[in-house]
Amino acid sequence: MDCTEEKDIETPAPSVIERYFTRWYKADVKGQACEDHCILQHSNRLCVLTLAETHPILQDGRTIKNINYKISNGCSRLNNKVAGKSKRGGQFLTEFAPVCRITCTDETEYTIYSCIRGRLLEVNEDILVNSSLLLKKPSTDGYIALILPKFEESKLVKENLLSREDFEVVVSKRAADVQSQPS
Amino acid sequence: MLPLKEKDKPVVQKLLSAGCCARCVLRFCCVLVQSLYRQPIQDTLKQLQDFVSNLDSSKPNESTAVPEPHPAEGDESHDATEAKQGEDDSEQGTRTAMEPPDDPPKKRMKLDEDLKGSDASAGSKDAEAPPAPAPALGICVVCLGVLQEYCSRDHARKVAEAVKTEDYHFDTIVLSVSLPAQLCVREHSCWLHVKKEMREKIMTRVKDDIVPVKEAFKWSVQGLIAMELGGVAVVTRSSFEVGMEFKHTATDSDCHFLATTCADCFRPTKNKDSVFTRVAVVKALEKIPDSKFLIHYPSPPGRPTSSCTSQAIQCLHTSIYVAGRYNKYSRSLSQTPWIIDGRRMMESSVEELIAEPLANSFRAKGFNFSSSGREDVDVRTLGKGRPFAMEMLNPHRCRFTKMEMKQIQETINTSSDKIAVRDLQIVTRECMGHMKEGEEEKTKSYTALVWTQKAIEKDDIVFLDDIKELTLDQKTPLRVLHRRALAVRQRVIHSMNTRFRDPHHFYLRLKTQAGTYIKEFVHGDFGRTKPNLCQLLKMDTDILELDVESVDVDWPPAISE
Ligand SMILES: [Zn+2]
Repeated sequence: MDCTEEKDIETPAPSVIERYFTRWYKADVKGQACEDHCILQHSNRLCVLTLAETHPILQDGRTIKNINYKISNGCSRLNNKVAGKSKRGGQFLTEFAPVCRITCTDETEYTIYSCIRGRLLEVNEDILVNSSLLLKKPSTDGYIALILPKFEESKLVKENLLSREDFEVVVSKRAADVQSQPS
Repeated sequence: MLPLKEKDKPVVQKLLSAGCCARCVLRFCCVLVQSLYRQPIQDTLKQLQDFVSNLDSSKPNESTAVPEPHPAEGDESHDATEAKQGEDDSEQGTRTAMEPPDDPPKKRMKLDEDLKGSDASAGSKDAEAPPAPAPALGICVVCLGVLQEYCSRDHARKVAEAVKTEDYHFDTIVLSVSLPAQLCVREHSCWLHVKKEMREKIMTRVKDDIVPVKEAFKWSVQGLIAMELGGVAVVTRSSFEVGMEFKHTATDSDCHFLATTCADCFRPTKNKDSVFTRVAVVKALEKIPDSKFLIHYPSPPGRPTSSCTSQAIQCLHTSIYVAGRYNKYSRSLSQTPWIIDGRRMMESSVEELIAEPLANSFRAKGFNFSSSGREDVDVRTLGKGRPFAMEMLNPHRCRFTKMEMKQIQETINTSSDKIAVRDLQIVTRECMGHMKEGEEEKTKSYTALVWTQKAIEKDDIVFLDDIKELTLDQKTPLRVLHRRALAVRQRVIHSMNTRFRDPHHFYLRLKTQAGTYIKEFVHGDFGRTKPNLCQLLKMDTDILELDVESVDVDWPPAISE
């Protein structure tokens, strides 16, 4: 709560995210309304998968009951291991690969998808222990996973994603639609 | 004057008929007397011709020498072979050079039958009644001119001129010679040609006893080159190398048959224009049976139509190492050139600002920079600076006094205000290790300008001053994760000191174990460094500026001002 309020106080020089990352968005992932994801791409091509501020999990004061990186009987993102500079052995994710499932205390369940092609480097185990990180700091300490696109595909990451401006247009349209519906 | 025995005659005879030059004949006869190679080749040829045709039958005595020619001589040449491998040319040269005169020539008219026998066979092949002269005046079938025109005073002068033009500083030189690979083929062919006669001469003699072309070349010409260079010593080890490379247009055609008979010896190698490298050819020649060789290649080798060509002389001085410490005062200067997609991101770099004046003074052809760690583009390095070393490649000038080094340091320091150097000195290659060793254990001190999300007072941060030996778990930072392995590393912050600046800023001085990622400690790196300053202060914090205050490595030694 107080976090969101203080966000606007005293905006300093650009933050870490603004300095080194570009934000890309995917709206209504898999056709699910408002399930927006945000990809932070570092200038070194590495990507951080996060929830967009507009994602339902972060709305209406929801709290998290469970976060599960085990996405099927045979596959758990927690088993992911990478070795060496070339990150051998990491699971390769495609655009629609599920990364984890999040259940809220109101029994709503959401699947978080990779949104981009790349090698899974790391999942954020901290949010398993402290799920409030995901709610309070969704774009930093509450990240979902680190994904490294192939070098030759790193420039293509944005092709299926929205820029921040385009995403803001989508969001404001959405708000307009909601308002116009009743009348 | 030649240390040759009666049994050498058929060998000499056959070699001369085949078109070997006088020096190659000496080589095949395993003559180790360097002065004989040094003398003009025409003189040697004359002596050899006299030897085979018994012109000096003016001394028909000595018949006693005939039956037992080998004991003394055999031993001697063996000794000399050992000495050759063990080097020290000068001593060996003088010793053997002294001996022949005392050792009356054992040439014997007596062995006329032997001579006639080989004479006849040689004659029947060549249809040239007097065996030697005509072919030997042409291009040698074995060395393709390397031991002929390229051992002349003229060529020695050319080499010396080339060296002088480069204007190097040196006390001694070492010659390095690169020969076209087919010389090995031709040598092998020639060896097969006289193998029988060689065996008869001395049972133990093998191909290895033949003096290599390279060796003979050095014996023949290095004295001349030394003289042309004003009497510099030519030695077997020197920091200054004069490289001569000979090539021949027919290398591929001469070696081609080996590629079909010993295909596995010839794999295409990068950086080489031909697969017929010396190493590969030698290997193939070791494998191929004599009978097979003789089917594919003439023995003796055919007459060449051209001699080797001499490539440009290559001079190379061994690297000189210069060490010192540098300060970096700019927040927009990378340590080494920063290039993305072939485009320079910044106009200069610490490395280049230091290297350019150095390379100018040493007249070096290039450099390699290394340092005890590195700082980011936007980080300054203050205090006594960061130890670095610069390898000067192929320096033309290499001796500098302390005063001169100081002047170079001045030049560097006045050429840019973005950096400064101190303790600039010439060091040995071995010393370079000191800079890297202990890189991880040493401590480093930093000052960070920290931004705080919430307003702070002095008292809110003083507790940091009391934190000692704080162990961090640092996951490989996101900003370097694309090129480094993912791992959690433990690093220690030995101590911290705070200096309040304003409600949203303070200076944090840190003394840490080398290898600690300071920026990540301050902003937390998505919570991937634990604990981090955000957690300690219970608010978002960010780093706005960072300075390295000291890199605690004791090397290189300080130089008093
Ligand atoms: Zn020759």
